[in-house]
Amino acid sequence: MITLVRRSAASRRMAVAAPVAALLVTILLNLALYTVMGKDPRAVFYAMLLEPFISWPSFSEVLLKMTPLLLIAQGLAIGFRAKVINIGAEGQFLLGAIFASAIPVWYPQATGPWIWPSMLVLGTLGGALWAVIPAFWRVRLNASEILVTLMMNLIAVQLLAWLLVGPWKDPMGFNFPQTVMFQWDAMLPTLIPGTRVSVALLLAFAASGAAYLWMQRSFGGYQMVVGGLAPQAACYAGFSQGRAVWLSLLIGGAAAGVAGAAEVAGPMGQLQRSISSGYGYSAIIVAYLGGLHPVGIVLSSLLIAALAIGGDNAMVSAGLPVSAVEVFQGTLLVAYLAAVVLVRYRLVRSGVPA
Amino acid sequence: MSAIGFILAGMLAAAMPFLLAALGELVCERAGVLNLGIEGMMALGAVVGFIIVHSSGGHLLGFAGAGLASMVLALVFGWLALAVRANQVAAGLAIGILGSGLSALFGKSFESQTVTGLPKHALPWLSELPVLGGLFRQDVAVWLGLLAALAIWALLRFTKLGLVIRAVGENPHAARAIGYKVIAIRYAAVAFGGLMAGFAGAYASTVYTPLWAEGMIAGRGWIAVALVVFATWMPGRLVFGAMLFGAVSLSQLAAQASGVALNSQLLSSLPYVMTILVLGVISANRGLLKMNGVASLGEPFGP
Repeated sequence: MITLVRRSAASRRMAVAAPVAALLVTILLNLALYTVMGKDPRAVFYAMLLEPFISWPSFSEVLLKMTPLLLIAQGLAIGFRAKVINIGAEGQFLLGAIFASAIPVWYPQATGPWIWPSMLVLGTLGGALWAVIPAFWRVRLNASEILVTLMMNLIAVQLLAWLLVGPWKDPMGFNFPQTVMFQWDAMLPTLIPGTRVSVALLLAFAASGAAYLWMQRSFGGYQMVVGGLAPQAACYAGFSQGRAVWLSLLIGGAAAGVAGAAEVAGPMGQLQRSISSGYGYSAIIVAYLGGLHPVGIVLSSLLIAALAIGGDNAMVSAGLPVSAVEVFQGTLLVAYLAAVVLVRYRLVRSGVPA
Repeated sequence: MSAIGFILAGMLAAAMPFLLAALGELVCERAGVLNLGIEGMMALGAVVGFIIVHSSGGHLLGFAGAGLASMVLALVFGWLALAVRANQVAAGLAIGILGSGLSALFGKSFESQTVTGLPKHALPWLSELPVLGGLFRQDVAVWLGLLAALAIWALLRFTKLGLVIRAVGENPHAARAIGYKVIAIRYAAVAFGGLMAGFAGAYASTVYTPLWAEGMIAGRGWIAVALVVFATWMPGRLVFGAMLFGAVSLSQLAAQASGVALNSQLLSSLPYVMTILVLGVISANRGLLKMNGVASLGEPFGP
């Protein structure tokens, strides 16, 4: 029998080794699955895991995909560390996209340099507003934020669908459920010429820096971490749990909301049903995989974005279904959660005197 | 048919995916394990059941395969939560994502295909009643599902096994001290939860709406988790809650049947809005939750 024995201090070596080991196990398991499905594992491996990094057009798409994931995951991780499990980023992202779209939809002729910054501000507000209900429900009504945020996602999807078939539908759009294409001034400036990467990537890195300072260096961040690790100690020290819940959800909602705004004002250029492609859910994986640490999250968002782009490549070149990416992500998180236990515990063979 | 008659006739079938999944989750939570992967387990059960029924394996085999597949996924969750002692919330989310992904992957080539559901069996005399009659014309799975609720209620309330499960959930250290194998009992509860989620998924995809569409579970697994809180961990209230949600999820069809023009997106969100409202009302009663809740729910257990 092998048992787990708690380490006296978390192992730093394991903290680095665990994600790497989890990734290797995941790659092996999934390549085996593709082989069973009758796909050529070498072709999938190349298209999915190498091509996103070695071809510049592919890599620029990775950076594009990484932007919303990084933004959302940094916001979520702040809550997760305080044990506030906001799984509503998908809905908060959609609300951000909807709020931001209000300007170009209502004022399609408007011009001026104020448009895209105002859209980002509106998006931030929209995301945060969508998080107000779960925060109120948790603090005042004691209801699980996990369930309430998830329900808010499902409602947001319906709200978006209604807008796109109803009041916001493009009258010239051949009845497709989408809005008009946005005017030039509603689009974020491009960051890297010749690609679709916009200034939102800078915003995501700035948010990462802010998250680092907030979580590692500020008293407010410290209060929230203590609240997550030792609620009773936090209560004894007079740290308000309600405040931590409100902050967690509002920060998470705002980050997801601005990501949604950047998506409609960036690569999409209009509001449509497929605006999210599951960013809010993938960002949960990104946050955990990055060890809920701002630096780790930068790396994990790059990896998950590369997997998504690689999955698209593999669909074209090796006939792999898109959902294979979701399976890969799920396996990766399972493997990571199993591996990360070795950071705090060591394996001991029981029955043998230690 | 009147809207009320329509809802009464259909609500038990609509309630079944909620009820079956929530019964499994209830047993799992009573043993102290919070399994948030129900949605993914239902999705996996739904696709496995559908594929078996579609390749003319029959409903019995379909349900068995679905239950087995979801149970295997639940055991992976159990391994993470119980052996590895991972964070149960994160482990549940991970397994949920994996289950949804596998469901989409396996179902890819079956998109929009249909199968034949199960025939309805009418109870004599009762099904002749005006308005209420439809309530007593149901397929065999509904009758079995209601029996399962009754059996779980009796198990938890009157049997020694039920007492042991509750003890393990209330105070695992005390249960261990008097000689019960806490981890083994929790594994069994998790496996049972997976089995029921698989049945729930198979019912949704092969009986209730016998048509494959990716993402067809559409949050019903999450509502099932919420229903357990709503029912304050009691099977009797769970049946009532599941029927309520079944009725609400039928409102869209009922509105169409009675010719009332209502916004379809609004009606589709009704079950979700209702979940939020109900959670608020029930959870605000802290005393009730404390009295009926499970003391060690979600906490990792290690000797």
